[in-house]
Amino acid sequence: MSGKLDPKGGGSVFSRVLRNQIFIPFAALLLLALFNLIADPSFFAINLKMNSAGSYILSGNLISIIDNGSELAILAIGMTLVTASSKGQDISVGAAIAISGSVLLRVLCGNDTRPETIQAPIIVAFLVSAVAAMCFGAFNGVLVAYFRIQPMVATLILFTAGRSIAAWINNNELPIVPGEEFTYFGGYIPGCPLPTPFLIAILCFVLTWAMLKFTNIGLYSQSVGINEKTSRLNGLNPELIKLTTYIILGLCVAVTGLIKVSRLSTINYSVIAKDIEMDAILAVALGGNSLSGGKFNMAASILGAYVIQFLTTTLYKFDVQATALPAYKAVVVIVLVVMSAPVVREKISRLTKKIRSPKRTAENQA
Amino acid sequence: MTQLKTAGRRRGLLGNMTDTNLLTTITIAVFIVMYVCAVAFLQEGFLKPQTLFNLLNANAALIILSCGMTLVMITGGIDISVGGVTALVCMSCAVYLDEAGGNVFVAILLALGIGLAFGIVQGFLVAYLDIQPFIVTLAGMFFARGMTTIVHTNPFNVVNSEFVSLKETRLIIPFLGSVNKKGNYIDAYIEIGVVVALLVVAALFVILKWTKTGRNFYAVGGNRQSALMLGINVKRTTFLSYVICGLLAGVGGFVYFLHVGSGAPSHATGAEMNAIASSIIGGTMLTGGVGNIIGTLFGAMSLALIQTIVSSVGLDQAWWTGITIAAMLCIFLVVQSVIISRRKKKNTAEAEASASEAAVEAKAETVSDKAENSNENTDNE
Repeated sequence: MSGKLDPKGGGSVFSRVLRNQIFIPFAALLLLALFNLIADPSFFAINLKMNSAGSYILSGNLISIIDNGSELAILAIGMTLVTASSKGQDISVGAAIAISGSVLLRVLCGNDTRPETIQAPIIVAFLVSAVAAMCFGAFNGVLVAYFRIQPMVATLILFTAGRSIAAWINNNELPIVPGEEFTYFGGYIPGCPLPTPFLIAILCFVLTWAMLKFTNIGLYSQSVGINEKTSRLNGLNPELIKLTTYIILGLCVAVTGLIKVSRLSTINYSVIAKDIEMDAILAVALGGNSLSGGKFNMAASILGAYVIQFLTTTLYKFDVQATALPAYKAVVVIVLVVMSAPVVREKISRLTKKIRSPKRTAENQA
Repeated sequence: MTQLKTAGRRRGLLGNMTDTNLLTTITIAVFIVMYVCAVAFLQEGFLKPQTLFNLLNANAALIILSCGMTLVMITGGIDISVGGVTALVCMSCAVYLDEAGGNVFVAILLALGIGLAFGIVQGFLVAYLDIQPFIVTLAGMFFARGMTTIVHTNPFNVVNSEFVSLKETRLIIPFLGSVNKKGNYIDAYIEIGVVVALLVVAALFVILKWTKTGRNFYAVGGNRQSALMLGINVKRTTFLSYVICGLLAGVGGFVYFLHVGSGAPSHATGAEMNAIASSIIGGTMLTGGVGNIIGTLFGAMSLALIQTIVSSVGLDQAWWTGITIAAMLCIFLVVQSVIISRRKKKNTAEAEASASEAAVEAKAETVSDKAENSNENTDNE
């Protein structure tokens, strides 16, 4: 996307690819894949096997990556828009997922914590939880857009209160949703070998693509992020656009909440979606998007989310403890971020120029 | 120029304060009001000075962490690794003291070293490689949390005798003790951590108020470009803020360790967010250039006080604490935002007025251009 518009364009195909934004997550993905290929080729094996429900499903590390990475990818969509328009990130998504999951359970189970059957259709419960999540998104959006509080600080409020509110909605009890149907969203639909979260994620990607293609929200949020004053002078309403991006993030949160709760059929307020906000922000950054707003590349963010899950799965494969995981993740992140830092890139390109013959340099300049 | 001066004099008492002082004053006032209300409505506990000292005892580490956070926020950055560093310091010191049988002084050096190392690496990445502070310190937090479990997996209490005697050291405060139900006199005390915290607050206050380096932090946070043009070494100042914050995270980590006396991977969970909240309640703005250490001290204390009040009112279900802190944060943020935007409007209006007066007097083309510009600016606001 951005590569085509680069004023310094031209040059070889290779340099144009290198300058494209999606190159960063893609290179990271290739590196990880190469590493796995050398260490253990069986990492890529995919088997068709029968699950306990009696239908054939695909299994393997790659399938688990697209399964577990989907929640993060859906969140990354909303986070990219929010980052682009408001020049900051929403750190309350984990807490908001707890709230929307709690609302979902409350509607599905009613007042009984161990009901025999579900008390309301799943679609109704989902819509209620989506409305709740969008309300909390709007709360964040109003603080950011109309009260001009920095996004990280404004969302700190919900970050602090969110899990408490989630526990309060269900009186701190942990209801369990009965029935098979509800587990389909986080597992497998009978007869379909692909995990449902991935299918939901694909649906979200298509909707996002359509939204960016047929509405102006993508263009407007970039323009607000680049220069708010100019956007206003051009007839946009920056406050409304920021608010809209936060509400869209709220919808993403509701979808993620549905998948998360469906995986377990219940909820644990203090653990559900813990630290997912950090991963979602990381996905946006790994996609090469500036965290200080402006231009964005949605595909790169989504790819970034799957790269993070790829990394997590790889680390689990090497028997890394779940609690020690962050340390390794941090090292990889720092290496990636340092490599993509403008200062470092400039130095590397200067170094490669020196290595090249002077004749070639003269040719390039001409 | 003269018009500008009279315009300045025309403002009221609040108008004469800088943003920093105004926000700090609000925080201190709120803290005092809250305490007075607590004394009035929940008398028995809050009348004892020891209640106040207990607040300090339990939150000494938070105060130290918040001080470092305030410094970084004044410079326009953020450091969310402090909670992780605290946990790592606790665990490393605990393992060193118990399993290696080390002595306390080396443990203190170890704590400072870990903090300093984090500060230097993060500062270098942020200041000299221009990477976003959020990402760098996020990675720092992940790294510290992960390393904590790599050092040792399970929580355990430290039994090292030297350390335990240091942990149990209490400083008696004369004349402020209270008489308990049996009629015995109980001395009021504070822990060593509180002394450290107050020393840190005092030192940072002096540095930020009266030294050149301290003023540089404000300049860099207020406007990087102007600071650069004034000849301030922006990169070094940013670097320094992270190094000091890292060092204070080390100090805070040891104070936390001294208070709890154990190492555990779950120590100081969310401490970074509490530190940010304390700084914000204390009047520091995340955009940089505005903030005050005294405000931060009262911010941290207000945060602690509201928790104590909530639990003594009887709302002891776990979720009430989270909700009240968030509500308090919300109110503070909205009040700050409203005050700052009103002042901005007032300032631009005054600047506009004085500019147009000057234009009338001088009838110079250039000046009227400026007035038009400022008109445009006010329209935009």
